[in-house]
Order: sequence, then structure tokens, then C-alpha cells
Amino acid sequence: MRVLMFGWEFPPHIAGGLGTACYGLTRGLSRADVEVIFVVPKAYGDEDQRFVRVVNASDVEAVYNNPQDADVWKKVTFIEINSNLVPYSSPEEFFEMSESMQKMCSNTEITDVWRQRYKFSGTYGSSLMTEVSKYAVVALQVAKDLEGQFDVIHAHDWLTYYAGIVAREVSGKPLVVHMHATEHDRSGDNVNSEVFQMEQDGMAAADKVIAVSHLTENTIITKYGIAPEKVEVVHNAVRLSSQDSDVPTRTIDDKIITFLGRITFQKGPEYFVEAAAKVLEKVPNVRFVMAGSGDMLNKIILRVARLGLSDRFHFTGFLKGTDVHKMYSLSDVYVMPSVSEPFGIAPLEAMQANAPVIISKQSGVAEVLNYAIKVDYWDVDALADAMYGLITYPALSNMFIERGQEEVTALKWNDAALKVKKIYQDAIDNNK
Amino acid sequence: MKSVCLYFQIHHPLKLKKYRFFNMGNDSFYLDEYQNKSTTIKAASSCYIPANNILLDKIQQSNGKFKVSFAISGMAIELFKTYAPEVLISFKELAATGCVDFLVEPYSHSLSSLVSKEEFASQVKRHAKLIETEFGITPTTFVNTELIYSSGIGEMVAELGYSTVVTEGAKHILGWKSPGFVYADSAYPKVKLLLRNSSLCDDLRYRFGDKTWDQWPLTTSKYIDWINNTDGDIVNLFMDYEVFGCNNNTESGIFDFLEYLPSDAIEQGIEFAFAKDVINKFQPVAALGISHPISWADEERDITSWFGNEIQREAIEQLYSVREKVEAINDDNLNYVWDFMQSSNHFYYMSTKWFVAENNANINPYDSPYEAFMNYMNVCSDFKRQVESRYSELTAATEKKVAPKKIKTTATKTTTTATKTATKAAPKTTATTKTATAVTAKPKAKKVKTVS
Repeated sequence: MRVLMFGWEFPPHIAGGLGTACYGLTRGLSRADVEVIFVVPKAYGDEDQRFVRVVNASDVEAVYNNPQDADVWKKVTFIEINSNLVPYSSPEEFFEMSESMQKMCSNTEITDVWRQRYKFSGTYGSSLMTEVSKYAVVALQVAKDLEGQFDVIHAHDWLTYYAGIVAREVSGKPLVVHMHATEHDRSGDNVNSEVFQMEQDGMAAADKVIAVSHLTENTIITKYGIAPEKVEVVHNAVRLSSQDSDVPTRTIDDKIITFLGRITFQKGPEYFVEAAAKVLEKVPNVRFVMAGSGDMLNKIILRVARLGLSDRFHFTGFLKGTDVHKMYSLSDVYVMPSVSEPFGIAPLEAMQANAPVIISKQSGVAEVLNYAIKVDYWDVDALADAMYGLITYPALSNMFIERGQEEVTALKWNDAALKVKKIYQDAIDNNK
Repeated sequence: MKSVCLYFQIHHPLKLKKYRFFNMGNDSFYLDEYQNKSTTIKAASSCYIPANNILLDKIQQSNGKFKVSFAISGMAIELFKTYAPEVLISFKELAATGCVDFLVEPYSHSLSSLVSKEEFASQVKRHAKLIETEFGITPTTFVNTELIYSSGIGEMVAELGYSTVVTEGAKHILGWKSPGFVYADSAYPKVKLLLRNSSLCDDLRYRFGDKTWDQWPLTTSKYIDWINNTDGDIVNLFMDYEVFGCNNNTESGIFDFLEYLPSDAIEQGIEFAFAKDVINKFQPVAALGISHPISWADEERDITSWFGNEIQREAIEQLYSVREKVEAINDDNLNYVWDFMQSSNHFYYMSTKWFVAENNANINPYDSPYEAFMNYMNVCSDFKRQVESRYSELTAATEKKVAPKKIKTTATKTTTTATKTATKAAPKTTATTKTATAVTAKPKAKKVKTVS
């Protein structure tokens, strides 16, 4: 079986969890004898291509306005605007990105009067919507060029849905779209209607929709009105980390409870702070680390100061790569109090680093974990109690460390890939 | 002619309320009183009273041929006194017929037989005394919490003067043998074992109301046929009394089943008996070696539902670490907490064997085993804190070499502030207190005063 996959990022050039998930899935698929052609907006040449053939969309000559394709373009509406939509990046990253964007301000490079090559930044910058549109133009060409080389199309997240729809129109092959997140999770009630529209269009046009959790499946059915029989759940997995040896030494005796993630409404940082305040009333020797940045950071720092807990709180800013792993290893408890989390791979990484975890019931990952404490994100008392329990009763944390490790190891991409393969097969069979 | 021993178990686990760590130190009232009250009242009206009425009726009609045994935990009797005195009165009426026997068991449905010999002995003695006072019957047959049994437990039971034990007919100890005989413990041959026929019990407990079951509907004549077709002389049917009216509702026809079972069975030549009757009538056919504890739980019939993982063991250890101090202080409030904290259900909630909360949603108030553990440990920590502080006062007082009797009163007085809002102040009604007075006195004492 061969699949043409559209993604927005591929390791090592990733900004969010999407690229990691795509990589894990393609590895798993290759083991399940599925050939993957992975199209990214911008390939850097250093992608791990052992398991997948990466196609650089920036290298594809594409023709817009080709009268032959007029029918295809009716299916998608382009929105070419300069939106400031930055779904996954921190402010620092955003700043870096806009700079680099300005450097390569010419988006097109003219090779022929009729043919154009689009240069994509492949990030989540200010002209994201434009890129999304152009990516679809390129997808049309890719689908034509690779005709006969794939049996099914797989598009990851809304950014690539138009590309998927176009490729489906051109090739007649079934389309599977993969919802790693929904606009409802990202923005709460302030939904960006364009993004919402693209998600809905993508799922409506698709033969099958993959949701990363039952939670997401539920959102897809209730908020987007997609037919339930179209939606399948495939939980994410986690790759075995290779950094175990690198465990930093503890320099203080205090217990460390960590929040690691974007400090935004969606991640529920304020519940972490309120629960921490309750714990500190009873137990003085605990420190709370908040790693990450985001639009709520200032508000959170102010709140901590107002509670008079600044000496017990540590803000590290945005952590990258090995620092993330180190932070997990140093933690006695990792907390993910997300208000809404389609899946949430971070707790799995924390468990790999031997940190017991507390996760909100409003996260997809709660569906696959047994050795984790689950609380309602708003239930600050329960959250505080769980923090207290894990730092006070060693029997509990030891059990989590031992059994959690086993549990995480059992969540394999190979298993997820087999489910995806079955979905491909269903889509192909139904398409005949 | 088959001898059928019918045993019904009644135990009401006292549920803890949601007790956060920040309650520690300023809240020593640990119980979810509303839950405990409402479940007791509900079980009384849907099960105990109607089922007791039928039994009483049938006993009177059968001219002493229909016999039933009960295993009622001390905690359940205390709850009846407080919330449903009519149930206790009804059991007294049953006891007066002479056709109802009572089994002895650990007072608070505890796992003490696995943890502390001293505590186990004291709980069994207390329970026997309670049964005597309440029902005027001296129990002679022992049944452990959750039917847990091993030779080690057999030895302790024998030391306490009991030689008949009801336990599970676990396949892994029986092998090809049938539970329908009297057995002896191979290590302590004086101990006679009566083994539960789990399949016939499960027919009533789990399958009776199941319309997809190929044997549905289960009639008394069919059931009696099955009883007659078992191997052996005796059939031990030991089940929760809640089978009537709770596990199977009235509409399922379970009460009609109970109504007709005695007379139909007697007609078919079945003899209802007490454990002590069958022990006298039949000799043990073989000896069974039970080195690892068995129980009636799960497919494994072992103790892993309560003792299976680290957190369960930790919780049990933590609680029993203050046993001697609680005994030394001997305060009614603390004793009461000590009792209900030992109930096996707390540890069952912490089991990580299945992770299927839905399955037991009606009996398990917690979303996860960890929540159960943390809540229990919070209560346990606060309880231990109280015990430690009272104990240090006690030893301080002893060091001053005051006469022992005086110590107690001074200790209680000085700590009234600590225990004022207090631990469920349910003062243990003394053996001679009449039920009626106990009922009214208890809830009041709880809210207003500490023990006088």
C-alpha cells in the first residue's frame, strides 16, 4: 500500500507536536509495509528519509489558473490574507520567524511566464493563510506528477486539508484527514472562522477522519457536524527516548512540581498556580516550576506575586530539546491541567523520564493512561490533593514510576500505524 | 438427601467523605454520613425488611425445618442501631425462632487475619460478644472477611475456640474434588471446612435477572434440581443478603423465588441445616492444604483484590502501625475510627487489577484507585496524628506516675478541644444498653458533645 501524505512539518524542523507525531506514524507505517511519500512545504534536506520519501513542495513547479483544472479549484476557496495566526509558536519563535520571513520576502521565483515555483517558509508565520493556499496549488501538481504511485491520500491538520482535497480531486484516490487538534481546542470559544471552515471542509470532503482521541472525536461530531461513522480514533504513541543516561543531579532537597507547556488559556496554567498555593499552605518544602511562555505568562507571574509565593515559583521560559527532558527528570510531579487537549504527548514524555503525572480529564491522553492521576482541570482542590499525595506518599509515586514506565513503553507507533493502515484499506475499499 | 446451608452476609462499608490534605488538623470527622445513612436505609427498605419478613413467615410455616444463617458484621449492626433500628428488631425476631444461626467474623469486616494476630483475636471476640448480646446466640461457626482462609488463619481461629469455618470452594485448592463435603485443614485437622458452592451462588447473584442467560427464568424447581445434582452431601450457599432486592430488584421475581424455595426444597427432600449440624452429621472426607490465603473474590480466588499492589500494602501498613497506641489510649472516638478504617472495602477501592470502575460504579465511590488511596491516606495521616498526640499525652501522664485510672480522665479532658468537633463520636453502646436508647443517643452525641 502506498500513501501520499501531506504534512506541515517533519523532524528535525518542528515547532509543535505535529511533526513528531507524523514522524512516529510514518515510521510505524513503513514497518507495516506502507510506503509513504511525505510532502512538506519546505524540506531542508536533512530529514530522516529512511522510512519515508520527503517531497519538498518548494521544488515543485506548479501552475495556477490552468483552465484544465478549473473544476478542481471550485472545490476550494482560497483565502489570501495576512493573518496573524500563530498556532503553535512562542513569542520568541514568532519574532525569529517574522524576521526570517522578511528576508525571503519574495514568495515566488519566476522560471517561466506560466510556471512558478513557490517558496514556502514551512512555519507558522504571518502569511500562513497564503502559504496554505499555495501549498494546495503545489499539491495539485504533486498529485499529477506522482500519478499511479499512491493508493490513498493522508492530510495532517487543517493546514494541509486543501492540499488533500485538491489531490483527491485530481487523482480520484480516497482522502483521509487526521485531526491532531481542533480549532475549538486551540482557541476555546474565540474560534477563528477561517480555520474552522477549512477543518470542516477537509473533513466533509474526506473519506475517513482520524481523531487522536475520543475527546476529539466528540468535538468533531458535535461541533463540526461530521457523520460519526466517518470518524475513527487512533491514539498517539510515543517513541522510546534515547536520553535516559542524561539525568541531571538534584541540588536541592525540596520537591519539584512542574508545569511544562505553553502558558496559554488552553493549558490551564492558572489552575496550577491556585493548586500550588493550597499545597504551600501545608507543605513548605516544595518548589513549583513553570516552563514555557505564552500570552498568559505576565498574568501568571502577577498572580504568583500577589499570592506571595514568588520565592517558591520558578519561571524558566521556553525550554527546548534536551532541556525538556532534563526538566522532566528533575520533577517529582508533572502536571498538565489543560482545559482542552486533543491528545497531549508531554505526559508520556514525562513518564518516560520517571516523573509521576497528573493530567486533566479534559485531555485525550487520559484515555490511554492508567498510571496517572486524572482530575477535572477546574477542580483545584482535587489537583492540590493529587500534588500533595504524590509528594507525600512514596508508595504512590514509586508505583507510578515503575508501572508508568511499562505503560508508556507499551504505547507503540507500530500499533497506531496498524490501525491507520486498516483505515486506509477501508477508505480504498469504499472508494471502489 | 442433601443438606443445604444457607448463609447470608451483611456488611455495610462506612464510606469516607472527600477528605483533602488541607482538612488535616482541623477536621476529624471523616465519614460521608449522608451516604452511609442513605445506603443503610435504602438496603433496609428494599432488602432486609422484606426478605426478613419472608424468612420469618417461611420459618413459622416450616415447623423448624427451614433454617438460615447470617454473618452480620459489627459495623453493620452499629449502623442498624443508628439508622435502621427496625432491621435489628426484625433480626431479633428471627433469632428468637431458633431456626436462625449467626456466624462469628472480624468485627469491622477487616483484613486483620492477614496483618495482626492480636487485632484479629480482639475483633473476633468483640463480634462474638456483640452477637450474644444482640441475639442471645453464641456463635460457633467462623467466617472470615471475604471468606479469606489459609491454614495460618485456621490456627488462629482454633486458638479462639472455633473449629468450623466457612470458606470458598476455590478450584485451585479443590482440584477435582467437590465442595459438597466436609473437609479438614491438613495442617490443623481439628478445623473443619465448609466450602461455598460458588456456581450456585452466582446463579442467584449475577444471573438470576439476566434475560440473556439461557437458563432464564430460574425457577425454584430448576434450582432445586441443580442442588440435588451436585456431588456430595452438602451444599453451602453463602452470598450477600443484598441478592434480594438490591442486586436483583423486586421486579426480577427474586422475592417470589425466596418465597417458594423453602417449601419446594423441603418437598423435594432437601434438608436445611446449620453449619454445626452438618459438622456433627458428616465426617471430613479429606484434608486440604491451604498455605496461601484464598477468598471468594475474582477468578483467582486470592487476596490480590485487597493486597495486590504497593499502595494497598502501604495503606494497610500505615494504619496498623498505630494499633498498639490506639489500644493503649482506648478512647471511644479513636476506636471507632480505628474500626471503620480497617474495613476491607477501602483497600478494594485501591485495586489496580482491572481499571474498570464502571463495573463497580455502584459500590466504588472513587474514580480511580489513586484517588481512593490518597483520600484514605489523608484520613489515615490525620488519624495517626491524633493518635500520636493523644499517646504522647498519655505517656507523659504515666511518667508523672499518676494512678492509671486517673490518667484516662485527665487525658480526655485536656484534649477535648482537639476532639470536640470530633471523630464520629458514636460512643460504643455498652453491652447492656438497650437498642432503643442507643439509637437516639448516638446521632446527638455526634454533633454536640464528646463522650462524657
